[in-house]
Order: sequence, then C-alpha cells, then structure tokens
Amino acid sequence: MPENMIAMLQDVQGVYGYLPEDDIIRVAKHLGVPTSRVYGVATFYNQFRLTPLGKHVIRVCRGTACHVKGSLDILNILETELGISAGETTKDLKFTIETVACIGACSIAPVIVIDDKYYGGLTSKSVYKLIKEYQKKD
Amino acid sequence: MNTFKDILSTKVPAEKFVDVIGGSYDASKEGVTPDQIAAMKLQLSLEKADKPVILVGMGTCGLANGAQAVYDMFKQELKKYEIDADLIKVGCVGFCAEEVIVDVKVPGFPRISYKRVTPDNVDTIIERTIINKEPVIQKALGKYADADPSIWPDIPMLSEIPFFKLQQKVVLDNCGVIDPENIDQYLARGGYGALSSVLKEKSPLDVIEDTKKAGLRGRGGGGFLAGRKWEFAYNQDNEQKYLICNADEGDPGAFMDRAVLEGDPHKVVEGMAIAAYAIGASKGYIYCRAEYPLAIERLEKTIASATAYGLLGKNILNSGFTFELKIKKGAGAFVCGEETALIHSIEGKRGMPRPRPPFPAVSGLFGKPTIINNVETFSNVPVIFSKGADWYSSIGTDSSKGTKVFALSGKVVNTGLVEVPMGTTIREVVFDCGGGIADGKNFKAVQIGGPSGGALPEQFLDTKIDYENLKDIGAMMGSGGLVVMDESTCMVDLAKYFMTFITSESCGKCIPCREGTKRLLEILERITKSYREEETEIDSLMRFQGMLYLERLADVIKDTSLCGLGQTAANPVISTLRYFRDEYEAHLYDRTCPSKACRQMLTYTVDEEKCIGCTLCAQRCPVNCISGERKEVHVIDQDACTHCGQCELNCRFDAIIAQ
Repeated sequence: MPENMIAMLQDVQGVYGYLPEDDIIRVAKHLGVPTSRVYGVATFYNQFRLTPLGKHVIRVCRGTACHVKGSLDILNILETELGISAGETTKDLKFTIETVACIGACSIAPVIVIDDKYYGGLTSKSVYKLIKEYQKKD
Repeated sequence: MNTFKDILSTKVPAEKFVDVIGGSYDASKEGVTPDQIAAMKLQLSLEKADKPVILVGMGTCGLANGAQAVYDMFKQELKKYEIDADLIKVGCVGFCAEEVIVDVKVPGFPRISYKRVTPDNVDTIIERTIINKEPVIQKALGKYADADPSIWPDIPMLSEIPFFKLQQKVVLDNCGVIDPENIDQYLARGGYGALSSVLKEKSPLDVIEDTKKAGLRGRGGGGFLAGRKWEFAYNQDNEQKYLICNADEGDPGAFMDRAVLEGDPHKVVEGMAIAAYAIGASKGYIYCRAEYPLAIERLEKTIASATAYGLLGKNILNSGFTFELKIKKGAGAFVCGEETALIHSIEGKRGMPRPRPPFPAVSGLFGKPTIINNVETFSNVPVIFSKGADWYSSIGTDSSKGTKVFALSGKVVNTGLVEVPMGTTIREVVFDCGGGIADGKNFKAVQIGGPSGGALPEQFLDTKIDYENLKDIGAMMGSGGLVVMDESTCMVDLAKYFMTFITSESCGKCIPCREGTKRLLEILERITKSYREEETEIDSLMRFQGMLYLERLADVIKDTSLCGLGQTAANPVISTLRYFRDEYEAHLYDRTCPSKACRQMLTYTVDEEKCIGCTLCAQRCPVNCISGERKEVHVIDQDACTHCGQCELNCRFDAIIAQ
C-alpha cells in the first residue's frame, strides 16, 4: 500500500540513520511504484537524509523563540568548532549538525538536541563546554 | 496503585467500568458500595491518596532541565528511606521557566509544587515534606486547594501567583496534574464522561448543534466554526468518512499541542471520538510530527488503554458506534499543516496542497469526506459536553468563545503555556502572566501567529485577544505562538528570518509562493548588507529598487498563492513594514541596525582601555582575524573579519565594541 511509504522510510531511517540508495529502490519495488516517487517523497520531507549520520547528531532548533534568543550564534559556534556546516557530517563520522524548524521546547530557548537529549537555555559559553564534553567522549 | 479494573473486575462487566465511574451504572447490586467507588475516585484523582504521592514534571521542557535525574534520585532515596510512596511522571503544568517542577502530596496536607528541583534537593524534600510534613519554603512555588488552606500559611496558593492568576484552565486542566499514561486518573477526574453521555443521550445532529451553540472555533489558525465544519461532513452520504487530528505543530514558536499530547492525551482522544460520532466517521488518524517522540509514545499508550477499556474500537460502550484510531508520524514539513497537504502526506505522497473546492469535508482522505481539526480544538470538545454549551459560550468575547492556550516564549521572564479566556489583553498575557521583559530591557514587539501572523508594537498591547481583533491589526491567532521581543531584536532581521523559513518550507507547487518568497528574501538580504559586501554600484541601486517593490510583491504573493502558507507568507514582512518602517529606513538609508542584531552591518573593534589581552577572542575567532600577544591589546583585521560577533559574545570584559 503506497500510503505506508512514509512510515516505511521512517523505519528504514530508524535502522540505518539515513536512507541508503538500495533501500529506496527496494521500498519502491515492494510498493510497486516508480523509484522516482519514493525519491520525491524522501527529498520532500525534512526528516529524511540520503547520507550517513555521524555518531552524535546535533540538532539545532531554529524556531522563532530560539532565533530571538540567539540560536544563530549557537549554530555558528558549533559549525566553527566542528569545522562543518549545518547538514554535514565530520570526516571522522563523529558529529552531524542539523537544523530543525522548531522542536517545540520554545520556553527553554535556545535549545539543541544531541542524540535525543535536550539542552536548553544555552549561552555561547555553555555550548563550548558542552561540545568539548562530547568531543572527549568517543 | 490498584486500577479500577483490578478492583472491579470480579464484580462488574468490563464494558461497564466507565459507566460505574461516570455514575450512570449502579454497581451496588454487584456488591460494590457507592462509598467504595467514591473513595476510589478520590484516591485516583490524588485528592485523597492514602500514601504520599510524588509527581515529577516530565514533559519535554522538564526533561531538558534534568527531570530524569530528579526522578531517578527520588526513586533511589525513597528506597533508602523505606518510604511507601507513589512516584508518578506527569506532563507539563505550563510554567516551563521553573522546571523541573515536582509536586508532593502527603495525605491530609495540601499538594505542594516545588520549582527548579535538582537531584541535590531531593533528600531535603523527602525529609522535610514527606517525613516531617512541613514545606521547603525556598523551593516552593505554591500549593493546591485540595486541603485546609490554613495549613502551611507561608506558601501561596498556586492559583494566586501571578503566572496562574489570570489563567482559566479548560484545555490544560489536567496537564501536569495527572499521570498522562494512567487512564484511571483521567477517568477519576470525569474523563470520558462526556463521550459516555453523548453516546447515550445525543444524536449526531445534537452534537453538531451543541458545538455550534458553544461557538467553538478551530484553534489551528483560520478560526472556522468547528460545528459548521462537522455539519458539512455529516451531510455527506458516504459509508466511509475520516476524522483527522492535526498534531503537526510546525509553527516555530508554538508548543501547546505538544504539551497537551504529553500531558493529557486522553482528552484529545475523547474529543476526537465525540467528533467522529457527530460526523459518522469510523476511522481516525492523529497526524503527529516525528519531532515529538514523547508525544507519540504517550499517544500509543493512550490508544491502547482506551481500546482495552472499550472506549475506542468496535461498538464503543455498547452504543454500536465504532471508531478506530491510528497514529501517522509526520516527517517534517510545515506545509502539512494545510489540510489538503496533510491528507496527501497521510496517503504517503509529497505533502503538497491542492486547490479547493472540493473541500476535504466533501472529498478528502482517499477521496472520502474528511474532517481535520487540531489538537487544541479537539481538547475543547469534551468540556462542552460535560459542562454544557451555555457554560462554554459564557467564556470569551462575542465572536470568540472559550479559552486560548498561548505558548509564551522569547524575552519574557516567565516562559511557558498560558491559557486565558478570549478577550484577555495582550498586555495582561505578556506582563501579568509573563512577568514582563527579562533582563530589564524594554518591550518592542510581540509576534503572534507564527510565520503567518504579524509583529505587533506596544500601541496594540491593550487589544483584547480574539480572532477578529487580531486580524484587524494585521496579525492572526494562528496556533497561538506568542514570541516576545525586546529592544535587542531587529525587526528587519525577524522578517528575514521568517522569509528564510518560508522559502525552505514552501512546497514549490505554485509560482507566487516558490519564486515570490525567494525574491522577498533577496530584497531583505540586500537591505541588511553593508557597503563592503557590495561590488558594483548596481548593487546599491538594487537595494532601493527592491525596497520599492517590496510591498507590491508582498501583495501579489498574498493574492495569488494557492494555499494558506503562501497567502500568509508575506505577513511578517507586511506587518513589520507597517509598524517598524523606521527600522527598515535605518537599514536602507543609514546602513545601520538600530538593534545591533544585523551583524553584517556592524564593525567590530577592540576597546583599548578595556582589553586586558586574555586572548580568548583570538582563540574563538573562526577566521583567525584577531591578533595580539598575551596581556597586550588585541587588534581585529577588518578586511578578514566576517562579522560573526563571536568575539563580542565571548569577551568577559566588554572590550569589543560593535557599531
């Protein structure tokens, strides 16, 4: 049933962390739809990724409340410290930075999520500390 | 804690549990006395628990502030002290700024809320409150009115503290108060009573009439009368109809739906069941964004327990009415808040809107009549039938009834969720509930309604909030995001921020939205550029040309876009231009940003008197354009500087001047 396509892609991404090309083709075959349609859906939604993720995924909230409380600075710091831009993964596959439209934790803005753990009320200083902690972890 | 089911299962048939609790089934002939039931209800509703109860606020905001560690610590300490107590995870009470909030209820004493609890406080709370039965005053937020108010006179009533004083909780009344994963607690507080009475006493048409009479309007944005919408679907002759709950809260700056789904999911499900009965839908979907994992987890448990109690599924409460509910996880697309786009997404397609008519009420999901309402709308439904349409319509203004939940965030002291009656002024919400502007700065504007809404300056603070009033002054109710901005927020930058958001979220189907918003963004980007980034004189002329076209372009996008996203896309630009034209002009003519937020227009220099040569700025500079020896004044190389502002943010001696 094609209506389950999004749920299937979510499950695939749940296992691999991204959507491998072979699996997109397999999903299309299984559903009996052209691969282009699955690719179209996969690239339409923000959740799906076509490249592998790093070990630690840092999601930076770019909602309105976070924006007025300086989330762009937080993002800049992370990008500088890790040497990558949003949407990219470090060469050693340790970190990925993503931006999210809003993660719905506006009251504790600015917020970032690292591996499903929320960090709120950040300042430039606490972000440095945080990222150093994660860099020490393996 | 024993559940109703455990206690009653030997004596009362399973499908009657809800009726027993609702009072419509006489359990006495089965050997259960009314007193026993009343005692159970009291105990479950936590007003008369027979042992201490500890409730830890574990919504997303609580968890972000370390609620899990507090919870674990309580678990460990209770074991150490050998105290027999119930430890419950609850949703968010709304006062996110004071999280982690922990409530403690000791039998015979009022329920007391503690704020900003850390694992270090756990020991004190257990020792003082649970063992010695006295409050920890410096940590107390307030107490509930469930015991003699003369006990603990030093602790204010929770309903009297400024954040809660103006609030009237209809949608959020259970959030943070009951265990969201325990259906019995919801039942004990009168839950599913509305569904049970509707199925027994009312025809679908009665339900529609009552909803219309109550004046409930869609809380997702447009504010269409829910009852009238349902009537369209009711009038469709089709054996399969669908009901969808829009829980794809994509609006940046809004989180009320998340709080309801995490704190009181049964209320949404009950509201949906009533609406499904009214329109004759046997299948329903909750379309929830994947960014809300906790909400999805709780919804799954909610649906499972409601089905086990016979409150969902086939032949609900023996009425012959069948309603099956499924969760669909959204995959992150703002445009999916639009009805037809959401339907396409559930069908497994790209979430692109289509022209209307036909409206979804006529031909929606899989071509069948479909009604879509959002989380807050459905949460309002049960109370209309438990307290009556007249009671509901007595709250609010002439055109807008009931309450509205606002997600208060940005530069206010008390961030969180506030639920106020319609007709409350913006000033009351921001300054009374919100406690005013943080850090002693001045109020500048409040953005209502997210990217589709508008920014309102101080002169509109006394506007009474309702659908029409907000529309008149160029904002909109939207889903209820209320982001407060102070003097350090630049309104041109804000408009630019929203346009960036819209251009990345535009689905690309219609040209005005896809191309027009891109052009709007380019114009705004040009305005906020400094001289040094311009290579030719044409660039400078383009800035002025863009400004001349800005309003016209915004109007064209508004008039010709296909769906609500495009039609309202230019609103942030229009409203900021209307009320903050001077800021646009400062950027355009003077090339300055009065709020010092547009970094590209600023020049960073080092204050020679303040710099002590700590080298921190040089270490933090991403392009290594700051040089200087230790203990000597540093210098910024202006040609290499990218104006990121990191040096200013990191300097501990205010030695970086931004002009």
